Amino acid sequence: MKKVGLFTVLLVIGLTCVAFAADGDAKSSAVQFYLYSAIAAGLAIGIAAQGCGIGQGMAVRGACEGIARNPEASGKVTVTMLIGLAMIESLSIYALVIALILIYANPISSAINTFVGLK
Amino acid sequence: MEHPILFINLLLEKLGVHVPADPHSVGDFLVQPHVTYAWLIIVLLVIVSAVVGRSIKMVPEGGQNFFEMVITGIEDFMIGITGEEGRFMFPLIASFGFFILCSNYLGVIPGFASPTANLNTTLACALIVVVMTHVLGIKFHGIKYVKHFMGPVWWLVPLILPIEIVSHLSRILSLSIRLFGNVFGEELVLGILFLLAGLYLAPVPMMFLGLFTGFIQAFIFCLLSMMYFAGAIEHAH
Repeated sequence: MKKVGLFTVLLVIGLTCVAFAADGDAKSSAVQFYLYSAIAAGLAIGIAAQGCGIGQGMAVRGACEGIARNPEASGKVTVTMLIGLAMIESLSIYALVIALILIYANPISSAINTFVGLK
Repeated sequence: MEHPILFINLLLEKLGVHVPADPHSVGDFLVQPHVTYAWLIIVLLVIVSAVVGRSIKMVPEGGQNFFEMVITGIEDFMIGITGEEGRFMFPLIASFGFFILCSNYLGVIPGFASPTANLNTTLACALIVVVMTHVLGIKFHGIKYVKHFMGPVWWLVPLILPIEIVSHLSRILSLSIRLFGNVFGEELVLGILFLLAGLYLAPVPMMFLGLFTGFIQAFIFCLLSMMYFAGAIEHAH
C-alpha cells in the first residue's frame, strides 16, 4: 500500500518537472493544459472505480448474507441489492462524465485537433 | 471519434436535408439524431399500443396478455411506494419507463442511436420529474408544502432550508447524469471495442451488459421518480 502511494507521488512530481521544462508560449501552454486534463481524466476514473468497487462489494456481501440466512426472502433481497448497486454505480458514472468532459469537451481540444491535424 | 452511420441521417440526406454535426439554429436541432430517434420511438410505441389495444378480449392472449402483465406489475409496484393517492401519476411513470427502456435498447442495434445517450433528452426527463414533484406538493398541501423544506423544529430552519433546496436541485443533476452517463458510456465502450477488435466480436459481451444496464437504469429512473412523488405527497415529519 505504502509503495503504491510513494510511486504515485513520484510519478506526479516527475511529470510536473517535465511540464515545467518547456517555456510558456501559447501553443505549448495549451498542450500542457491538455496534458494535465488527460492525467486528471485517468485519475478520476481510477479513484472512482476504487470506491465504487468497495461499496458494491459490501452491498453484495450484505445481500449474500441475507439470502444465506433466509433463502425465502431471496427475491426481495435481490431487488434491494440491485437498487443499491445502481445507486452506488451512479457515483462512478458522475466521475466518468467529468472525465469525458475533460477529454472531449475541453476548451483546448479544438486547438489541439487543428494542431495535430484532425480537423 | 468517427461519426456513426445512422439510418435516419442517411434517409434525411437522401431527402435533401443536411444534418449538421454542430447545430446552431432550431432547424439544425430538429434533425439531430437524438431528436429524430426519439420521434421514431414515440411512433413505434403508439403503433404498438394501438395495434394491441384494438381488439381487447375478456380473456387476454398474446400481446394483450404481455402488456397487461407488465402494466399491472408496474402499477402494483408503484402503489406499494406512493400509496393509493399516487395512482393518477401512473401514466407518467409508465410512459417514462417505456420510453427510456426502448431508447436504451435502440442504441445497441447497429445503425440506430439512443436518444438518451444525449444529455438533452435525459435532462428533459429529469426536469419533468422534478417540476411534477413540486406541482404535486402544492396540489396536495397548498402553501403548507413549504413545511417540507423546514426541519422538524423551527430553530433549525436556517440550516435545513438551504440543504433541502440544494438537495432538490441536485436531484435534477443526479437523475439526468446517471441515465446519460450509463447509456453514453455504454455506447462509447461499444464503439471503442469495435475499433480495437471488431473482427473478433469483442463488443458482443459488452452488448449483453448494455441490455442489463439499460433495463436497470430505466427501472431506477422510474423508482426514483416514484420515491420523489411519494415524498411530496406524504405529510412532512
